[in-house]
Amino acid sequence: MKKELRLTVNGQPYELYIKPKTLLAEVLRDKLGLTGTKRGCSSSSCGACTVMLNGMAVKSCSVLALQADGGELLTVEGLASGAELHPLQKAFLDHGAFQCGFCTPGMLMSAKVLLDENPNPTKEQIKEGIDGNICRCTGYNSIIRAVTAVVKGEYKEEK
Amino acid sequence: MSKYSVIGTRVHRVDGPEKVTGSAKYTFDIVLPNMLYGKILRSPHPHAKILNIDTSQAEKLIGVKAVVTGKDTLGRKQGIWRRFPELCDEEILCRTKVRYIGDPVAAVAAIDEDTAEEALDLIEVEYELLPAVFDPLEAIKEDAPQIHDGVELNINVTRHIEWGDVDEAFKKCDHIREDQFKCSSQAHVCMETHDAVASFGYDGKLTVWTSTQSSYYIQRLLADMLGLREGDIRVIKPPTGGGFGSKFELDSAQFCASVLSMKLCQPVKIVLTREEEFTATKRRTPMYYYLRLGAKKDGTLLAKEVRVITEGGAYTAMGATALYLTGFFSSFPYKYPNYRYDGYRVYTNTATTSAMRGFGAPQSTFVGESQLDMMAEDLGIDPIEIRRKNGMTPDYEVPGQAFIQSCGLHQCLDKIKEHIKERGKLPPNHGIGVAAYGFMSGGIFNWFDTPYAFSAALVRINIDGKVDLFTGACDIGQGSDTTLSMICAEELGVKLEDIRIFSGDTGVCPPDLGAWGSRETLMNGNAVKRAAADAKQQLLEFAAAKMGPNIVYDFDIKDQWVHLVDRPERGVSYFDIVKEAIRGNDGEAIIGRGHYTPHRKGMISPAYSFGVQAAEVEVDTETGKYKLINVTTAHESGTVINPVGIEGQLEGAIMMAGGYGFCEDQPMDEGKILNPSIADYKLIRSLDMPETKILEIDTYEPEGPFGAKEAGEGLTNPTAGAIGNAVYKAVGVRINDLPITPEKVLRALKEKGKQGK
Repeated sequence: MKKELRLTVNGQPYELYIKPKTLLAEVLRDKLGLTGTKRGCSSSSCGACTVMLNGMAVKSCSVLALQADGGELLTVEGLASGAELHPLQKAFLDHGAFQCGFCTPGMLMSAKVLLDENPNPTKEQIKEGIDGNICRCTGYNSIIRAVTAVVKGEYKEEK
Repeated sequence: MSKYSVIGTRVHRVDGPEKVTGSAKYTFDIVLPNMLYGKILRSPHPHAKILNIDTSQAEKLIGVKAVVTGKDTLGRKQGIWRRFPELCDEEILCRTKVRYIGDPVAAVAAIDEDTAEEALDLIEVEYELLPAVFDPLEAIKEDAPQIHDGVELNINVTRHIEWGDVDEAFKKCDHIREDQFKCSSQAHVCMETHDAVASFGYDGKLTVWTSTQSSYYIQRLLADMLGLREGDIRVIKPPTGGGFGSKFELDSAQFCASVLSMKLCQPVKIVLTREEEFTATKRRTPMYYYLRLGAKKDGTLLAKEVRVITEGGAYTAMGATALYLTGFFSSFPYKYPNYRYDGYRVYTNTATTSAMRGFGAPQSTFVGESQLDMMAEDLGIDPIEIRRKNGMTPDYEVPGQAFIQSCGLHQCLDKIKEHIKERGKLPPNHGIGVAAYGFMSGGIFNWFDTPYAFSAALVRINIDGKVDLFTGACDIGQGSDTTLSMICAEELGVKLEDIRIFSGDTGVCPPDLGAWGSRETLMNGNAVKRAAADAKQQLLEFAAAKMGPNIVYDFDIKDQWVHLVDRPERGVSYFDIVKEAIRGNDGEAIIGRGHYTPHRKGMISPAYSFGVQAAEVEVDTETGKYKLINVTTAHESGTVINPVGIEGQLEGAIMMAGGYGFCEDQPMDEGKILNPSIADYKLIRSLDMPETKILEIDTYEPEGPFGAKEAGEGLTNPTAGAIGNAVYKAVGVRINDLPITPEKVLRALKEKGKQGK
């Protein structure tokens, strides 16, 4: 029996009918075609599927889509404003904070939520903020440098 | 000012904008019209005969489109050591026997993954269980179960390397050490699991999109296994979510998706689950090591004898190469006048062991650098000094094996010595351990038996000056697309944004062996440089004809300016020359070709990188837990083409190699891997990651493009050894088996405490 789901994703409202067991990650990727959000483990251990739901970082592989009913979501596709990249995206580019790029969408969303909650995190707090996201390529330090550069105001968001 | 305009500069990755916006389309993201989803049924037994497979119930399930077993294949066996048919031992879809928990026996294609999964439960496989063996030391015994017919004592491959007179040399030594070590397994844990979308059409042609390190290998191996012509198969590598050695052999996702698609003439997608990734793909080779090392009182190393037994798992894979390379790199990075290695790879009923970043060298470096520190202590010599005394130098020949041209090992040792001095007196229970290492820039061996050049590239200059670079090199995250584009831009004298790279697509790119053995920068870099030089030469001929200077002048292009080398102000725009050259060429775009195959460079590799790493740890003697405080690496990789890329390789290697020393392990019970999830397989996360410092040493490698050599895998070699030596320096206990866990440290501390009383 399918159920109705209403979501706002990256500012766009959606109405869908889904099976109750459908995961949020499946709705985003398979129903809405937002494949930027990745899946690396399906057990909420790797963080590749991290998205922002009502201001919080959630692992979309471990949330039923219906649990997000009525919610506001931001995925990696919604970070940039048109052609203008988000400060975190610019910093990731400058600092080489990704290689294979598969963890990057989740990593960016964890960093975004961290900075929304605490615009001036310490290095230790940045590490804590991304501790739920595994990156097998970079060794994290370039990611920490990129987030630090944003914290320092090196990438002012254009209004 | 650098003489280069592009190389050595800090650039954005060419695939960067796609990757930071989530718009990069991985194999994982591909959906084709009319596409089906596949799942693979795997053996729950480590060793069993297949008596019967009944697929009838699964086939009846609504939504199931096809079920295939080994009977639907040509029954061929494949392997990457194609020159040796007896080592091509893996059917992928087993017909008569399974050899490890995870061996594929059937595959299903259905309208969605859930249906395919449900169908797997309806397949009935009748097995006759066979006695199984899991440890190579057991498998090599006379009464052990035989895993492959006709393979005595389960010995899959043996390797012998020897030079000098080892037995005679040991007689002349003042001090001899004999030590044993055990190196554990390690999972690659690519963030993108193995996956493939195979689409076979009514035209008889197969296209496979897959996450791979070598499109060409997959194309060739699929051709062998499916009975198709190589040219009827196109393998496309989209952005790939990591490889680390796990993705250059034909895997079950690629093969099963292809078999299913050929049966249905519909696209089939298979994505391995994380659990399958841990249990049924290849992994780092566990090794039992025996080492005998002999030295003079002054620390001169006279002889080394190495015996290794490796846990092969069920099939050969690239494990035979790991066996060879661990033997060669056990002599690294020192000038042993006498050296002997005997290695045995033994089949076991466990998941196959094969290539993983460092390819046998992280194992040999851990054991060798541990033992060398013990030797230095026995002789009362500083660890840095014993390495300096015996370390390789430029223009050194490893007898009968290899030629070392550039080598900055001694400068690296100097830098690390300074670094240790700067750290000053350490707090209690802190220790700094060092490890020296080297690695190859691509293998010379051709066990795959490719008839093509090892690397090839094609450069096409279009009317607007935009350059298309075609190469079979595979960017799996390590950044070869960026590095090769930089080499192309530099050689051609244009800007990085003038280059558009097409890579890893067998349909449009020349064959290339792909990304393994740290070969792309040197081998593919040379091919790209030559292709760019060929194209440039064609432009320069037009420039010379147009400008008509005295013929003694040479032309070159730099920063899009075609000019006389000795009179740089005299020139014309690159864009103008391109337009005229193409018009003069009867409208044909300018095309440059280049290839590279190493010749007369010894047995192993055309060039070697070197480095020394210092790891600092703090040990809690109450719990045995320790923290990685700092890892500092003095490293030389010839000319640095892409500095951001090298930093990423280095820091990333510390996460992976530190994990090998610190926490990563795959415990097993009767052949079953006990921690097949990211929750249970411990990796270094951001909070465990140490500070990292890079001390870059300047060298120039004559064989490499612009003097460059490898910078990828070698960095994985030293960290486990450096950690082991650091723990010893900190609290005086030596752990000889990886990983160095708190339990082992605590046990050793207790043992030491008892002895002290």
